[in-house]
Amino acid sequence: MPPLLEVRGLNRRFGGLHAVRDLEFDVEEGRIQALIGPNGAGKSTVFNMIAGALSPDGGDILYRGARITGRAAHAVAAMGIARTFQTTRLFPQMTVLENVQVGRHIRSSAGFLAGLFHPPWSWREEREIRRSAMETLEKLGLAALAGTTAGTLSFGQQRLAEFARALAMEPNLLLLDEPAAGLNMHETAALATLLTRIREWGITILIVEHDMSLVMDISDHIVVLNQGAKLREGRPAEIQRDPEVIRIYLGDDHA
Amino acid sequence: MEGRRYIPIVLLLLAAVGVQLTLSACDAAYYLTQLTMSLYYAIVAVGLSLLMGYAGQVSLGHAGFFAIGGYTAAVLATRNLAVEPGAMARALGAMGLLLQREDLYGQTIVYLSPWVSLAAAILLTSAVACVIGVPVIRLKGHYLAMATLGFGLIVYYTVLGAPGLGEADGFSDVPGFRLAGPLEVNGRSAFRVQNFYIACVLAAGVMALGGNLVRSRMGRALRAVHEGEEAAQSLGIHVARAKFGVFLLSALIAAVAGFFLTHYNGGIGPSEATALKSVRYLAIVAVGGMANLWGTLIMGVGLNFLSLRGAFGSFDDAVFGVILIAVMVLAPEGVFRRLPWPFRRKGGDDAAAA
Repeated sequence: MPPLLEVRGLNRRFGGLHAVRDLEFDVEEGRIQALIGPNGAGKSTVFNMIAGALSPDGGDILYRGARITGRAAHAVAAMGIARTFQTTRLFPQMTVLENVQVGRHIRSSAGFLAGLFHPPWSWREEREIRRSAMETLEKLGLAALAGTTAGTLSFGQQRLAEFARALAMEPNLLLLDEPAAGLNMHETAALATLLTRIREWGITILIVEHDMSLVMDISDHIVVLNQGAKLREGRPAEIQRDPEVIRIYLGDDHA
Repeated sequence: MEGRRYIPIVLLLLAAVGVQLTLSACDAAYYLTQLTMSLYYAIVAVGLSLLMGYAGQVSLGHAGFFAIGGYTAAVLATRNLAVEPGAMARALGAMGLLLQREDLYGQTIVYLSPWVSLAAAILLTSAVACVIGVPVIRLKGHYLAMATLGFGLIVYYTVLGAPGLGEADGFSDVPGFRLAGPLEVNGRSAFRVQNFYIACVLAAGVMALGGNLVRSRMGRALRAVHEGEEAAQSLGIHVARAKFGVFLLSALIAAVAGFFLTHYNGGIGPSEATALKSVRYLAIVAVGGMANLWGTLIMGVGLNFLSLRGAFGSFDDAVFGVILIAVMVLAPEGVFRRLPWPFRRKGGDDAAAA
């Protein structure tokens, strides 16, 4: 069986800047895999190309062995690839429950006509959307906030609600863009627990993150980027004592 | 349980009965004429609310869609097919799709059944909506507003300039639209009461369908698109398709309202297609609370009724401009935001359906 996600010879330029160059890595199913690197290493660019928010200039991205390179974001999502954003992007005027219900979009089918005429089969689907959204909220301990307008939540709650929305998609692969940014130590610890639980639910995670202790704690595999190219990959213990990695993070004096 | 969402619709129809009985009892049934017209205009605004309030897409050309519906009705109902009937006309006659009437001078006029022209209006509107919508709708920002503004102006100057479309005079002598049995969309006073009910039922139907849509999976998707396109996309929503779908729906509602009102008024003129009319619909949606179908309906009926009664005098168009500005400055969330159920859009999905 091929890896869940394969990145092959990926390239992306922004004008004169070669943001991602000949990048290759795999994401094996069932793992938590991290993509790390100093600022400007190209992590977010890679992330956005996988999510379909940005098209690559060259190379391929394969999901379950099939090419998804350059597909639109909604089509990538429909294949079971969920993502969160660096700054949370909940729908602020909708309730938490409604946000998570939108997360069921790819797992339901009522279109415009069914929406207008509300036939009995769509009642069942609508109940199912609601039930499953509530279940996701309960799993993340957000059930009490179901009726709250998302824009009024605290920062940490918003991040959790965005997780709930992504998980409601029942994704196979979850892409997380700096999920610990802006969280305090307690919240980061809770996040680490949550991520390992998500892995137990059978969801593969690819995470872009700055918080090194979080990355080292939870990752099964780490890919280190530097100036758009892969510098190293390996298990956290290997990455942690790699002199090259230490050098790019801390400067030459520490090598 | 599922039926509870239709309670406000039933209340609307009961209110209509109350209004009609009161007005008839007070010997003031002539008000029903303006109420009927106001209902058709309000239906356009309700359709626009789906597009603007829920999906966040601005249209400045809804008077154009209204006019497409109205002019289709007028052109096809006034063309005399008895004069030099072509093969097409003979084929339609063989299928029983032609009707006959006598005009003012006793001349027999053979014309297309309004049911056929309604289908033609729907097809034409869909085609036009595709031409405007498909290239523009995938762009972010206010391109749809600009494209529809341009479209509205094109429609206005076309109906004003084209000889086949009546130029500045527009059309008169548009016959009634026989729906079934004695039911007929017709502005003559003998039909006044039943036409008030026809308009009410049409409005109730649009409210029921619109209310269903906004509570559905697609309705949530539209609001999601409004509040964050990128996030909506990341959840698998085909943003361009969702936007186009609601644009088409909204355009069709406007065209059907225009079609009915033209048969009711017995004619249509270029003033129905002006940009000022489009702004008027926009102002009604804004004052109704944007994403608030009931607020839009009530404001649409109320303000159009006042306008048709001449309450705004020669400041008619200016009043709607002032309303639009006032709402934007003083109450951007609309006037109906604080009213209790059933007028307010509930925050928590639909508790009634749970």
